[in-house]
Amino acid sequence: MSQAAIETLLPEVAELIVSALNLDMCPEEIEADAPLFGDGLGLDSIDVLEIALVISKKYGFQLKSDNEDNIRIFSSLRALATYIASQRTQ
Amino acid sequence: MTSVALLAQDDLAAVFAWRPEGPVSVADYLADVHALAGRLPASGHLLNLCHDRYRFAVGFAAGLLRGMTSLQPSSQSAETFRRLRDDYPDLLALCDGATDTLDLPRFDFPELVGDRSASAIPHIPADRLAAILFTSGSTGLPQAQRKTWGKLAQNGRAEAIALGLDRTPHVLVGTVPVQHSYGFESTFLLALQGGCAFWAGKPFYPQDIASALAAVPQPRLLVTTPFHLSALLASGIDLPAIDLLLSATAPLSTPLAADAEARTGAPLLEIYGSTESGQLASRRTTEGAAWTLLPGVRLEQTADDTLACAGHVEGRVALSDVIELLPDNRFLLHGRHADLINIAGKRTSLAYLNHQLGAVPGVVDGAFFLPDEEGADGITRLTAFVVAPGLSARQITAALRQRIEAIFLPRPLVLVDELPRNSTGKLPRSGLQALYTDRLGHGRG
Repeated sequence: MSQAAIETLLPEVAELIVSALNLDMCPEEIEADAPLFGDGLGLDSIDVLEIALVISKKYGFQLKSDNEDNIRIFSSLRALATYIASQRTQ
Repeated sequence: MTSVALLAQDDLAAVFAWRPEGPVSVADYLADVHALAGRLPASGHLLNLCHDRYRFAVGFAAGLLRGMTSLQPSSQSAETFRRLRDDYPDLLALCDGATDTLDLPRFDFPELVGDRSASAIPHIPADRLAAILFTSGSTGLPQAQRKTWGKLAQNGRAEAIALGLDRTPHVLVGTVPVQHSYGFESTFLLALQGGCAFWAGKPFYPQDIASALAAVPQPRLLVTTPFHLSALLASGIDLPAIDLLLSATAPLSTPLAADAEARTGAPLLEIYGSTESGQLASRRTTEGAAWTLLPGVRLEQTADDTLACAGHVEGRVALSDVIELLPDNRFLLHGRHADLINIAGKRTSLAYLNHQLGAVPGVVDGAFFLPDEEGADGITRLTAFVVAPGLSARQITAALRQRIEAIFLPRPLVLVDELPRNSTGKLPRSGLQALYTDRLGHGRG
């Protein structure tokens, strides 16, 4: 996958997170490399499931995980966009 | 002294659990239990943090045989660990992964080898303190709920009877953690005392749930929550055959229950209970709103409260729901007492959250607010209004994260100049509602 494809996805995925979770912020405020859990956006497992649902509808693949993978995929906006770029079917 | 067998199942060759690499027999489970028991201290408290349901089961039984009590907090925050360490200086954390346990004494789940020959099913004194489950009480401080082995075993048997599993054991696939009361009762105790095998993993995404179901033989019982269930159905993926659905932690709406039954062909049963009381009742949601008490359990009402007692209930437990008793061991639920909050099955009180908010350095005044439910099965997030000159919303949220569970973090946290307190200093809900409508109701985004 190309770096350019990931860069293009970043604002799209940021928008998707903000709208799926009804966050009180602009998509541009999500830093690409800041953590989504913990001290970053502070997402929890309910958020992850909601985002996963929107991702599967929009990009045409189902997320799968063991716990470690879950943490890696959702570690940052860039990690999530990279994962989507590698898995998307549409 | 009365003793109760660890397992109702006495066939040593029967399957006890299903792991990705295949089935584990009752005999293999007992061998692992004895091998681990030989390496644990002979008393004290076991903080069993194993993610893998099978390893949890080995750890719990090994601890029980050694006379250890299983500690099962409702969160794994740093604050929780610090409090447990202070209250239970002899605790040992049993881990099977990269769990951050701070400076707690820690025991990593070992490779277990040793005598694999079948042994007898152990018996454990009924009055042994087997587990302490924690829940936030009305003051917000975690309340220790002490559970004896005899009552836990009785709960597992009562649930098996209520769900019909005593006649037809199912393989249990759970999306909920085994340490919390619902998962503990419905994937662990039900396995030990209801003769059901279980899947060792905890599938999370819809596709994971489908894969886990496919990995075990029928009949299959999916142990889940309204939230996981609605995500599973919304995904639209093809599901392997499911024979029974079980939901708990929050009431399920009838449309979601009907949809789940139509999509899977499986009856959907709900369990009602609490960490304090254990499981109390069940119903098939599509057959009506009334709940039927589990065998042996009784409800009694005073002027203000409904108390659960008898059967596997420890003592007399006041319930936090408004209940209408019906004939024939049935009842209706009419919502919760004010101040209590339940988000995705996690409970707390506004008083506790407000106390934690007020304790953040720099916060002058603050209050959490739960907007009116937007829809059944949905997750309604909390809002907080905070007076804290000099602090940003992000700084306050970061401080709150050290104190409360992520799921209760305000979304959003709104900075205000003052709260709408009345002349007596009280904060009426109507005032907060007006503030909410004013600041968040319109023109958002």
